[in-house]
Amino acid sequence: MSAQTEARTLPGKKLERRAARARRIREPRTDRIFLFCVYLLLAVLLAVVLLPLLYIVASSFSSPEAVSAGRVLFWPVDFSLRGYHAVFANPQVVQGYLNSLFYTVAGTIVSVTMTIAIAYPMSRRTLVGRNAVMTFILFTMLFTGGLIPTYLVVQSVGLLDTRWALIIPQAIGVWQVIIARTYFRTAIPEELVEAAQLDGCGDLRFLWSVVIPLAKPMIAVVALMYAIMQWNSYFDALIYLKNPDLFPLQLVLRNILILNTTGGGAVDASVVIQRQQLADLLKYSLIVVASVPVLLIYPFVARYFTKGILIGAVKG
Amino acid sequence: MAVIPTTIPPPIGEAPPRQQRRRRRRERTTVAGLRRSLQRHWTLYLLMVVPLIWFAVFKYIPMSNAVLAFKDYNVIQGIWGSPWIGWRNFEVFFQNPVFWTLVKNTFVLSVYTVAASFPLAIILALALNEIRTGFFKKTVQMVTYAPYFISTVVVVSMTILVLSPRLGIVNEGLGFFGVPAVDFLGNPDYFRHIYVWSDVWQTTGYSAVIYLAALSGIDPALHESAKIDGASRLQRIRHVDLPGIMPTAVIILVLAVGNIMAIGFEKAFLLQNPLNLSKSEIIATYVYKTGLLNADFSMATAIGLLNSVINLVLLFGVNTIAKRITGNGLWS
Repeated sequence: MSAQTEARTLPGKKLERRAARARRIREPRTDRIFLFCVYLLLAVLLAVVLLPLLYIVASSFSSPEAVSAGRVLFWPVDFSLRGYHAVFANPQVVQGYLNSLFYTVAGTIVSVTMTIAIAYPMSRRTLVGRNAVMTFILFTMLFTGGLIPTYLVVQSVGLLDTRWALIIPQAIGVWQVIIARTYFRTAIPEELVEAAQLDGCGDLRFLWSVVIPLAKPMIAVVALMYAIMQWNSYFDALIYLKNPDLFPLQLVLRNILILNTTGGGAVDASVVIQRQQLADLLKYSLIVVASVPVLLIYPFVARYFTKGILIGAVKG
Repeated sequence: MAVIPTTIPPPIGEAPPRQQRRRRRRERTTVAGLRRSLQRHWTLYLLMVVPLIWFAVFKYIPMSNAVLAFKDYNVIQGIWGSPWIGWRNFEVFFQNPVFWTLVKNTFVLSVYTVAASFPLAIILALALNEIRTGFFKKTVQMVTYAPYFISTVVVVSMTILVLSPRLGIVNEGLGFFGVPAVDFLGNPDYFRHIYVWSDVWQTTGYSAVIYLAALSGIDPALHESAKIDGASRLQRIRHVDLPGIMPTAVIILVLAVGNIMAIGFEKAFLLQNPLNLSKSEIIATYVYKTGLLNADFSMATAIGLLNSVINLVLLFGVNTIAKRITGNGLWS
């Protein structure tokens, strides 16, 4: 994986590179030592991040006995899918999964719609009062009422213990609004607006048939940010929901993984041990199952995500 | 729980023609201008109505609800009907023996987090910037970035599993060297380290992205001339790269310090257990317990309000200091 093996894998560029190296100012030896240290550091960091993940995944594919005996390191021992069988045989988990899917899809649609609805008008330079609106929104980043005052509002609006409690109260993220506004402002030239107006195109029509198609990459980024937030959130469910049928996956996870409530009274000692072993294994598989949707889309969107951060980073 | 994102703005100037155009338009900001704008763009104003109502209801009404801190809340009389009690909630809280523990735990945990993750993100970005683009670089970036996408619940569960005295791989490793099993989460002395380093594990790759962007914005000519002058790699990092990412770093540090009292409820709450409570109880978890579990709404609001105010003061204070020292701040 070092620089040398890399050069070897690209024989076509080898000569070219060697020529370039000859032309370059030669690096002093201390620099090469330094570079070696850099590679070493990165390799260590890579291992530190990767190994716990590997350990979890390997354990999830091992047999309950191997996991309980602590024989699993970074590769499955006695390959088995029993952990995954246990996960999907658990009605709470399946219900939580379905709930989370609903919250993620519905929440993202609501959030993206609201974000565009406020960000686009603010991006139009001819709109009087848009700076006042921006201040109104930005202030909420600096100061918040706090947990209880917000809870009381959610209660008085009648959202407590409904599915909407997980969607409406955190529908809009100020950060996402800033990203969207900056994008609209930089990617949609003012001339385009003027040209459309000359042709008799109204503002809404323009938004729908010109701006939104042009802003697809940004909308994808913002939608993904919302979706991942929704999929991963558990705090709102913890405070707003009482009915276990509405629990999202993360709350179910917390109950099983952290509070250890798999439940069920046992009689026989060997049954207890077996059940305990399976419960241990279940945790590993559950972690994998819960993270798979997010990690699956991650490689495809990582680049756009980075771009999204950078769009937001432009001071607006 | 509004979270101020930790990735913010390298201030980038806008292109000059646009600035001119904006100045021309700004002259119209008058009552007459507003009326004309309303006539011309009423559909756009209409579009903003629902989100604005949302902000009013879910952000501004809670702010006004914070008067609860000065009231003796009574469900029947409601927020505004309940009797005023002035500063009594605050006084009671200050006299509560738990007060100093909470403030200290919150403060230490946050400062430790900032102190550990801020330099590490910069180091990771600098290291990645030093090596040539290729498979290794991409792998490191992808892998270190990935944990950011895993939920807090899962990260905490992983931490608990990895550190578990019965199953955990860490104790397996220690056992290999003959060290007896340690119950990491049951010992309050380990709590802060576990909290901070699992956080670093999760967020360093993500935080490095913003510095990488700043590094790629540095003029390559600066590096070239430094090379010609015989600067070593380390010297170039010190004299070219570091000054180059300084503005970004300052802004991120200001935000991080300004967020010190707002440390995440989620993680502390999930990592908590009765054994480590002496170090893991922070203001946010205490507010949750007082307010929602014990239903003492007024007291919880008072504590929350105190927390927000400390936060705001910190943010303004650090911003002022940063601006005086480095000339960079969150706002000008």
